[in-house]
Amino acid sequence: MSRTSVLERGVVARAAAFLVLSLLVAPLLLLLSSRSVEAATLCLPKKDETACIAGTMGSRAEPIEGVDVTLTKPDGSTETQTTEKDGKFAFTITEPGNYLVGVDEETLPKGSELRPPANAALRGPEGTIKVDNVQLGQNYGPVLTVRPKGFDDSTSKWDEFIQSSVNGIRLGLLLALASVGLSLIYGTTGISNFAHAEQVTLGGMVGYGLVNVAGLPLVVGGILVVIICGFTGWFQDRILWQPLRRRGLGLTQLMIVTIGLSLAMQYAFQYTVGARTVRVVVETPETRDFGSIRITDQSLWAMGIAAVVLALVGLALLRTRIGRATRAVADNPALAQASGIDTDKVIRLVWTVAMGLSGLSGILYALIVNGVKWDTGLQILLLLFAAVTLGGLGTAFGALVGSLIIGLVVELSPMVIPGDFKYAAALLILILLLLVRPQGLLGRPQRVG
Amino acid sequence: MDDIQGILNAMMRTAVDPQTAAVAIAVIGLNIHFGYTGLINIGQSAFMLLGAYGFAISITQGWPLPVAILVGLAVAFVFALVLGVPTLKLRGDYLAIVTISAAEIIRYVGRSGGYESLSNLTNAAQGIAGSQYRTPFTDLSPFPTGTTQLLPFNYLDVAGGSTVVRLLGWLVVVAAIWTAVRIGRRKVGLEGSTRTLAMVGLTALVVVLLFFLAPVSQRNTGVNGWWFTVVAWILVGISLIIVLGLTRSPWGRALKGVREDEDAMRSLGKNVFAIKMQALIIGGLFGAIGGMMYVLPAAVQPDALGRSITFFAYTALLLGGAATIWGPVLGSLIFFVGRVFLIGVANTYLSSDDYLNIMNGQQTSQFAFIIVGVALMLLVIFRPQGILGDKRELRFNV
Repeated sequence: MSRTSVLERGVVARAAAFLVLSLLVAPLLLLLSSRSVEAATLCLPKKDETACIAGTMGSRAEPIEGVDVTLTKPDGSTETQTTEKDGKFAFTITEPGNYLVGVDEETLPKGSELRPPANAALRGPEGTIKVDNVQLGQNYGPVLTVRPKGFDDSTSKWDEFIQSSVNGIRLGLLLALASVGLSLIYGTTGISNFAHAEQVTLGGMVGYGLVNVAGLPLVVGGILVVIICGFTGWFQDRILWQPLRRRGLGLTQLMIVTIGLSLAMQYAFQYTVGARTVRVVVETPETRDFGSIRITDQSLWAMGIAAVVLALVGLALLRTRIGRATRAVADNPALAQASGIDTDKVIRLVWTVAMGLSGLSGILYALIVNGVKWDTGLQILLLLFAAVTLGGLGTAFGALVGSLIIGLVVELSPMVIPGDFKYAAALLILILLLLVRPQGLLGRPQRVG
Repeated sequence: MDDIQGILNAMMRTAVDPQTAAVAIAVIGLNIHFGYTGLINIGQSAFMLLGAYGFAISITQGWPLPVAILVGLAVAFVFALVLGVPTLKLRGDYLAIVTISAAEIIRYVGRSGGYESLSNLTNAAQGIAGSQYRTPFTDLSPFPTGTTQLLPFNYLDVAGGSTVVRLLGWLVVVAAIWTAVRIGRRKVGLEGSTRTLAMVGLTALVVVLLFFLAPVSQRNTGVNGWWFTVVAWILVGISLIIVLGLTRSPWGRALKGVREDEDAMRSLGKNVFAIKMQALIIGGLFGAIGGMMYVLPAAVQPDALGRSITFFAYTALLLGGAATIWGPVLGSLIFFVGRVFLIGVANTYLSSDDYLNIMNGQQTSQFAFIIVGVALMLLVIFRPQGILGDKRELRFNV
């Protein structure tokens, strides 16, 4: 009895061991077998001997079978491969030069066509894709994807113009939130604050911490962001800028202090959240269509909030006592002080409000571009300076006008020049304007040199 | 002790690195702008990048080395002209904004893949690999192949590298530097040639001792080898001699005059615009040379020569002392070596299980940069003249 049970146990144990072993080995075997299948169409470039033009018809997730992919060689001859189930094609190249890859439209699934590459420089004749300057020992992967026939992704110039303008105004309003503060700080204290953009990043980062990590509702988080960032402004002026004003530190030196602050803040962001992009809200925003304009709900809200806040700031500057005092200090600090205005109090308020506004700008910016990174502010710093200088250094309303212009230039310029020149275009406009009107658009003509 | 020796060796390697020398040359140029003339040029990285592009692209087009260097300089020259004409007549802060904007434009254009004819030359954001333009320079090397150690006779040869010997050595270094500082401040009654001789002797002693205590071993001609190091530091020496000559000339005094009081210079009949333009061009040419030297052991990457390099250059300049001859070199050395020190200390003591483990590997270098930023602020607030500078020379304003 006991013997048989031992025997049985032995059998069971051996079976179990076999099962475990096969479970372990199976994926390996699978891996090996799949490799050997792939090897049939795989091309490995050899240094100075061969190159490869290879890829997948369709996408890796949805490969397309049975398509005739044609390679046109530099001498004009062609070579054709029919894709297998995995959609892969691989041409082995022995001559360097310029190649063309195309497909036979007849063999594509019914009602679809090859999608032309987004980069116009890669578009070859008759719907082919250019693979230029092929060198031996390299891999080249032209992208062959399909789209429904008659698909029209080239919206009319007019629609594109309208959409870009809306995007431009959106960017302009957010820039304005930050640049009004930058301009007021410059006007009242003379500081060109290079750390201003980091305050924009700070707004986004605090928003990420409060809404995404701590789970507060977006509205509450947003209000807290403004309060916290405003406090950083108050605090900065209390411990840094006011003592430095009292010491009589020169403006050049102050500017370099802000550069140091900006460096420290950038790396502090990297230290705490790393180099990744973090999002304030995780959900993908809903989009709406107004005629030919497509815009997310968040963008609409952001534009609305920015416009209202800017209007309030403008009203406060024009109508309230403290607003008038602020403009007086911006105009002539010495005279303002002589006529009984507490300049220190005004400047403290300017720092607080300016930082609160840039915090608001930061969280709104993070919402519309879907995230914030340690160098988000760094990327728009020069746009802020361009906006402020364009409008007239030190004038709050000039900063608003300048921001809208810069926003529009950034978003509209890709219609005529390549997209990666859009920031360069905005800065170039600034330099050109300084040539003819150094005081800026709304600045008073005065001798500045 | 091994930990400390590791950090010290890393610091010495950085101290002789050709890229440290390259930045020092760019800072020497910046010193002409900012220190002597009072021009707030926040676009020194653009001069470096343009010099590097001009040099590297010329060589990839098959032009000889001297022509390539001239092209690099010519590009920087033209850039200085284009930058100067609209802005030098304006107030200083406009120059700051325009120079940083122009530097960014250059970087955006360099990293753009939008126009094929352009990106064929610059290779867009990827940049030009060093191997494509380095060969003509490496071929010039008179050094035989192999590896050389400075010094071959080092602390390991004395009493088996015992801690006592090393500590003694560092004590001597500190004492020598202290004496040199005292002589420099005229606290010790040495005058004339005796003083110069004493300074040179002490400096030589410190340098030899440093190599004795933290020997550096490099290949002779390879990337970052001694050939690169020697050429880079000779260039630094030549730049210093040029600046010394320029600033002691009447033209150099005119520069300082423009910095102190533009209107006074104008009323004396000087052409302030021309003086500023000359300063901008000469400083920019130094920037271009620095840029070429910077990319020789590396690659021409537009993002590597961006705003941060300019900011580091300012930190180095203010650390060493603006409007001084030796300030830029001393500042660059302390800046780069200090950064390596901070990263080394953070890596060894703050990010390891043997001691404290409060940050991860990436955070150590970010920690070092936070310190750099804070140090820049504190420096400007509490010692704007830097280590060597004269406070009275730095009252200028925008």
